[in-house]
Amino acid sequence: MTLGLTHFLVVSSLLFCLGLYGVLTRRNAVAILMGIELMLNAANINLVAFNKYVAPAALNGQVFTLVVITLAACEVGVGLALVMAAYRNLETVQVDRINMLKW
Amino acid sequence: MNWGSEIAKAVLAAVGMFTFLAIVAAMFGVLLERKIGGWIQSRLGPKHVGPQGLLQTLADTLKLLQKEHVTPRAADALVFNTAPLVVATAGLMGWLVIPFGTLGGAVLVVRDLNIGILFFAAMASMTVIGILAGGWASNNKYSLLGALRSASQMISYELPLGMALVAVAMEAGTLSTVGIVRAQDGWMGSFIFRQFPAFVIFLVAATAEVNRVPFDLPEAESELVAGYFSEYSGMRFSLFMLGEYAEMFAMAAMTTTLFLGGWKGPLLPPLVWFFLKMYLVVFFMMWVRWTFPRFRLDQLLNLCWKILLPAGLIWILVSGYRITF
Amino acid sequence: MGTLAAFLILSAVTLIPAVVVVTSKNIVRSALALIPTFLGITGLYVLLRAEFVAGIQVLIYAGAITVLILFVIMLTEGGTGIRIRQVNEQVPVGALASAALAALLIWVFLRTPWPKGPGTIPEYTATQIGTTLLSSMVLVFEVTSLVLLVSLIGAIIIARRER
Repeated sequence: MTLGLTHFLVVSSLLFCLGLYGVLTRRNAVAILMGIELMLNAANINLVAFNKYVAPAALNGQVFTLVVITLAACEVGVGLALVMAAYRNLETVQVDRINMLKW
Repeated sequence: MNWGSEIAKAVLAAVGMFTFLAIVAAMFGVLLERKIGGWIQSRLGPKHVGPQGLLQTLADTLKLLQKEHVTPRAADALVFNTAPLVVATAGLMGWLVIPFGTLGGAVLVVRDLNIGILFFAAMASMTVIGILAGGWASNNKYSLLGALRSASQMISYELPLGMALVAVAMEAGTLSTVGIVRAQDGWMGSFIFRQFPAFVIFLVAATAEVNRVPFDLPEAESELVAGYFSEYSGMRFSLFMLGEYAEMFAMAAMTTTLFLGGWKGPLLPPLVWFFLKMYLVVFFMMWVRWTFPRFRLDQLLNLCWKILLPAGLIWILVSGYRITF
Repeated sequence: MGTLAAFLILSAVTLIPAVVVVTSKNIVRSALALIPTFLGITGLYVLLRAEFVAGIQVLIYAGAITVLILFVIMLTEGGTGIRIRQVNEQVPVGALASAALAALLIWVFLRTPWPKGPGTIPEYTATQIGTTLLSSMVLVFEVTSLVLLVSLIGAIIIARRER
């Protein structure tokens, strides 16, 4: 069996669902961000795989992947800044203990 | 079975390269540093072991090998033992794209990747992970502080390093190291003349990337015991040292490839020219080490973010303008 | 056959540490397990003839984002080393939901007949990506740089100490 598009799609679906499990079940805010990173990477694998197997004429898939990597870096930066600010004021980063709007 | 022979060739080339580097970079480099330091400070370096002290590093390595390796009790054993491996591997992987010269008609390079300098920058940034993991896993305040300082310094200085690489890639029109050497024809065409600011930025950023004086606050003995490798002994310590020296030599080799014309030169064979230029840059780095005092952390980060980063951006702008018009 | 073996090894290197990332009780180990995941994804990109994206993935994801995550872990609660319960009470529901989504996605992907477009990927993707970014996708490029600038300023302001 030669390597085809569906192999990459199966791997990226599994990675996406692992990231989703991480987002749904973890208490630490940084661990949730790590799950989000896994989901973004799964989407990137999809983009590059579709670029090679379905639309190889232009490199739009790879360019879009670069944009997604850039935006993921921005999002992680701002998200972690928020986590640090929250830790400084609320003294915890467990998200199920941050349940009151006014401290 | 084409892929089988390809894998065998790649493994053989990598093993050969790493062995060669362990001898040239680690052993010979450490000895060179001590001899040059002695010469600058008007004293003799090691001269007792072997003729003129040439076997000194061999003796040191044998001594380190037979030391007991201690793992602190509350440390995370898996991470503690893997961290030196990551640092050593990342330092050695950067050598895969450096062209040593031509032999006959073929270029002596392990693999001429078409994203050569991007791969080199990526391997230089992998070292940070090993340092952070090692400092964390030692369960020791001084190690953790040294690791955090070192990591923040190294990721800050990757930016000017990348900008210098981008300027050179623009001038040469390719990311491949062999292509960059081929684009510098004659000794007047070397990029050190056309891209002199990029050369200065690259040299400063490279010195900071390998944690050498004047940027060696993370390893300062007077402040942090030994920084992130305080708790390491024996073979782990020598793996850290190997990674650091291999990366310093890799930065020197990359400087000759990008700016000094690689293997090109009039009379001698190309291999000899490459090593001559590389050892010139290494001598310069060691000269700087024994001359300057150490930067404070805020001076170090000031230099990166307020001076080198704007200089790199402005140079990319000027260089792009100059190439287009 | 060789590419299939390489694909299987790289998928294992990607998926097994990803399981460690989402289930480990030690958050520093989760963060360190992100690195083999990202390196496995780099290998998958190289298999898909996207070598420039692979280089950028190592440089940014494994080299910078992981370091950022480790820094924040060490500067907040994870750095104290105290054993805190890491998973909340939604574990069975979460596992069921993700497994169901995985099954649905894989079933859809395996049943769809994907068309094959014309053309091939060029040998040297970096030049082509640069040309595309500055000619036909220049608006995307400019907007992305603006987003980078805004998030840089925003992150600095949010993370500062109150004076």
